[in-house]
Amino acid sequence: MDLRFRDAVPTAEERDAVDALLGPPADGWRGGERDAAGLQHARGGHEARDRRDLLLPALHAVQDRLGWISEGALDYICRRLSVPPAEAYGVATFYALLSLRPAPPRAVHVCTDLACRAAGSGDLVAETTRRLGPAGAPVNGATWHESPCLGLCERAPAMFITEAGDSPSAVSAGPVNADEVVRAVRTGAGALEPEAPPAVSVPQAGSEDLVLLRNVGMVDPADLDAYRARGGYTALRRAFDLGPAGVLREINDSGLVGRGGAAFPTGRKWSATAAQPDHPHYLVCNADESEPGTFKDRVLMEGDPYALIESMTIAGYATGCHLGYLYIRGEYPRAEAALLNAMATARERGLLGDNVLGRGYAFDIELRRGAGAYICGEETAIFNSIEGERGEPRSKPPFPVERGLFGKPTVVNNVETLVNVLPIILRGGPAYAAIGTGTSTGTKLFCVSGSVAEPGVYEVPFGATLRELLELAGGVRENLRAVLLGGAAGAFVRPDELDVPLTFEDTRAAGTTLGSGVVLAIDDSTDLPGVLLRIAAFFRDESCGQCVPCRVGTVRQEEALVRLSAANRGAGANGHAAADIALLREVGQAMKDASICGLGQTAWNAVESAIDKLGTFQEGAS
Amino acid sequence: MTQSVDLGLPTRLVDVTIDGETVRVPEGATVLDACEAAGLDIPTLCYGDTLTPKNACRVCVVEVEGSRTLVPSCSRQAAEGMVVHTDSERARHSRKLVLELLGSSVDLSTTPRADEWMADYGADPDRFGPRAEPVQAGARDVLHTGHHGEPDGATAATVEQPPKVDNDLYVRDYGKCILCYKCVDACGEQWQNSFAIGVAGRGFDATISTEFAAPLTDSACVYCGNCVEVCPTGALSFKTEFDLREAGEWDESRQTETTTICAFCGVGCNVSLHVQDNEIVKVTSPHDNPVTHGNLCIKGRFGLTHVQVARKERRGREPRED
Repeated sequence: MDLRFRDAVPTAEERDAVDALLGPPADGWRGGERDAAGLQHARGGHEARDRRDLLLPALHAVQDRLGWISEGALDYICRRLSVPPAEAYGVATFYALLSLRPAPPRAVHVCTDLACRAAGSGDLVAETTRRLGPAGAPVNGATWHESPCLGLCERAPAMFITEAGDSPSAVSAGPVNADEVVRAVRTGAGALEPEAPPAVSVPQAGSEDLVLLRNVGMVDPADLDAYRARGGYTALRRAFDLGPAGVLREINDSGLVGRGGAAFPTGRKWSATAAQPDHPHYLVCNADESEPGTFKDRVLMEGDPYALIESMTIAGYATGCHLGYLYIRGEYPRAEAALLNAMATARERGLLGDNVLGRGYAFDIELRRGAGAYICGEETAIFNSIEGERGEPRSKPPFPVERGLFGKPTVVNNVETLVNVLPIILRGGPAYAAIGTGTSTGTKLFCVSGSVAEPGVYEVPFGATLRELLELAGGVRENLRAVLLGGAAGAFVRPDELDVPLTFEDTRAAGTTLGSGVVLAIDDSTDLPGVLLRIAAFFRDESCGQCVPCRVGTVRQEEALVRLSAANRGAGANGHAAADIALLREVGQAMKDASICGLGQTAWNAVESAIDKLGTFQEGAS
Repeated sequence: MTQSVDLGLPTRLVDVTIDGETVRVPEGATVLDACEAAGLDIPTLCYGDTLTPKNACRVCVVEVEGSRTLVPSCSRQAAEGMVVHTDSERARHSRKLVLELLGSSVDLSTTPRADEWMADYGADPDRFGPRAEPVQAGARDVLHTGHHGEPDGATAATVEQPPKVDNDLYVRDYGKCILCYKCVDACGEQWQNSFAIGVAGRGFDATISTEFAAPLTDSACVYCGNCVEVCPTGALSFKTEFDLREAGEWDESRQTETTTICAFCGVGCNVSLHVQDNEIVKVTSPHDNPVTHGNLCIKGRFGLTHVQVARKERRGREPRED
C-alpha cells in the first residue's frame, strides 16, 4: 500500500510502547530507520498489512503508556501496520476510552447510568463538579468523566480509574462517595480500599443449587488446581470422548439458546458453523458486556475464569475452530487479569495449545480488549473491532456462520451461553433440558440491581417468577414503581405484573424481554422521566452513526424527551406533550423497522413501554 | 481459426414478486434491480452504481414478507419466491422518516430530487423544531466520543458548519453531508486507494475526516475528485461550482454537458464537460465507461477548469479574494 504520512514524529516513549507490543520494526519500510540497503527492496503487500487486527491493541498500548495518542504515535502505529492514517484516526476516534487530544495520565470515570443514577450518582456528579470543576477539565495530572454503565451495578454508584504509565493500572470501585471520587482524581486508585472479592456480587454464593455460579467464591479464581479439584476439565475430557458430532448432539438436545439477548438456538449456530466447508473457522467469545444494568458475565469471568476457558475449548472443538478470540470490554480490568492468568496457566499445563489434553486437538485463545463502545457487543461489530476496523455492525446476510471474523465461518457466543456448555456436557443434553421450562431450558443469571436489599447476580431456573427473584434479593418493596427488564434495550414491568414467569416466551407475551438478564427495580423515589432521558442519551452516545434512523433518530428521541420532561416538571409548555409522544412513536417505529442492527431497533423499546405501560408523560402521571 | 469465447457460467433467473407483479431477474441481482425492472422508482441516496452498497441511509427500504425488519433494497439480493412490497404503509413510513431525519439535520438544498421525494412522502423536516445554529468551523472535529451535552429541546441539532475551503480545486461542505460513506469508499480500496479520508468519531458526531482533521493539502489526497463524482448531496463540489453558487450565478439551465475524451494522456478516459457561459464549471465522467467507471485523475477532473481559472486570473478579469 502506497501510504502518505504527515511525518509527525513519535517520541521515544511512544515508539517504545508500540514496540513492546509489536517487537522492533523489521526495516525502514515498516517504521524503522531507513538506510541505503533497505531501499534496495520494497516491502509491502499482504505481508505488511495482514496484522491490521493489532491496530486496536497498538492504540491501547500508547493510550496505556501516555494517557493519549498523539499524531506522532498514530503515525508510527500506521507505519508499523501499514494502515492509512485517516483510517486509523477513524478507528481511534470510534472509542470513548481512547483520547486523540492531550490528556493527563489519570482518568476517573464516574458511572451515571441506570443503577448508579438510582443510587445517587446525580448528587455524586454535582458534588464532584463543585469540588473539582466540570467533567473533562484537567485537575493536576488527572481528569474525571461521566461514564455509561460500568457493569458494577450491584455496587452502585461506581467508578473506574485508569492510570497511564510504565506500569499502567485500571481499577474498578464501588460503591463510592464524593470524597472517594475526589481522592481518586487527586491521588489515584492507590488511595482507595481494595476491591471486594467477586463473591460479594453473588448473594447465593456457596448454595448447592447453583450451576453456573457454583465456583464463584468457592475457589481461588487464580488457581487451576482448585478448579480441577471441583470437577474442572472433566467436561472437556467428556467432550473429547463424545467427539465433535456428539458434542453438537448434546448441545442441540439441551435446547440451549443464546444468553446475550437474542436467544438464538446455540446448537443450530454451532452445527451450521461446523458444517461450513470454508476454513479456518473462528470462535468469538463476546465478553463485551455493556448493556446498562448487566454485570453477570463480569462476575463469571472474575470468579470462575477457567470455566470460560474450558467452555471455549469445547466450543472450538465442536465447531472445528483452532483459534478463539475473547473480546472483553475495556472497563473490566479484574476480569481481564483473571482470564489472562487462566489462559497462561492452562497453556502451561497443556489445556490450551497445540495438543490439548494430549488428544491431538490444537486450540488457543487471544484476548482482545474493547475501548469503550457498547456497539462492539453486536455480533458483527465485534468482528470489525477485532479486525482493526471501526466497530460498526455489518449488514446481514451474510450471517457470521457463513462469513464472520476475517470473512470466515464464525461462532460468536456470549460468556454466559458458553459457560452453560459445561453442565450440558456433564449431565447430557436431555437432562439439562429437563431444567426450566419446555422452551427455555436450564438456569439463567439475572443481574438484580436498583431498589432491592441485596443486589447482585442471581441464578434461578427458567420459569421462576419475577416476584420470586425479587424475594431472593430481599423482597418486593412497597414503593416499587416498576422493574426494567432487559436493560436499556428492554422494557418496563408494572408492580401488578410481577408474577410473570421469567422465560423467553412468557416475557415476550407480556410485552417485555429477558434481554441480557437485567432486573432493575425502580421505586417511587426515582424520577422516571430522568431514567428515560438517561436511556435516550445512552443510545445517542453509543449509536455507531452508520444508518440514518439510529444516528439521527436517537438524537430526535432525546430532544423530544427533554421537552416532555421539562413539561412534566412544569418548566415548559405542556400543550405539546401529545405531539411529542406522537413524534416519539413515529421516530421509534422507523428506528425499529429500518435500523441496521439491534441497537437502533431497540433504542425506543424502554421509552415506548414507559409511555404505554407506566403512563409516563400522560395526563396526570409523572 | 476459431477462438473459443468464455461465456462464463450460465446465469440462473429468479422470480420475485414486487407489489404483486412477478419480475424475473438474474441471480445475484438486488431487490433494487428487481424494482427497477418492474418500472418502480425507489429513492436512493447512499447507493452508488459504481460502488458496493453500504446500505447506510435506509431511504430505499422495502418490506419483504417473512423479514422481521425492513430490508435495504440496494444491497439485499433478490431470492427466488421473494415477495416484496415497496409501497406498504410500513415502508413508506420509514422512508418518510429517513427523509425527515436527514432533512432536519443536514442541508439538503443541493441534493438532487430531495424536494421531490419530500413532497412524495409528505415529509416535514421542520416538525422536530427550529434548526440549531451552525457550529463554528472545526468544532465538530474535536468532539469527545461517547459524550455530549444535554440538548435543551428547543432546537433540532444539525451537522451544519462552515464549508471547508482549503484548496483551489474542490470544497468540502460537511453541513450537507449525510454520511453515506461513498466518498470514503471511492477514495479507499474500492477505487482510488489513496485513503485520504475516513469516517471519524461516532454516532451523530461522526464526520468524514482526514487524520486529525488535517487540511486536504496536508493529507494523502491526490485530487482525483472521484469523491466529488459520487457525492449524492453536493457536500463535495468543484470550487468553481461552489463559487458560482455563492455568487448566486450557478444556473444548470444555462449549462451544456459535452462528453469527450480527455487529452492529457493516452488512456482515453471519457470526460463530461459542464459548460456555463463558455466556461467549464465542472467535469464528470460517465459511470458506464467500462474502463474508468466514472473515475478520473487530477488532470482530467480539474486540469481543464484549473487552466481556465488560471487564465482568468492572468487576465485579471475576476481577481480572487484570497
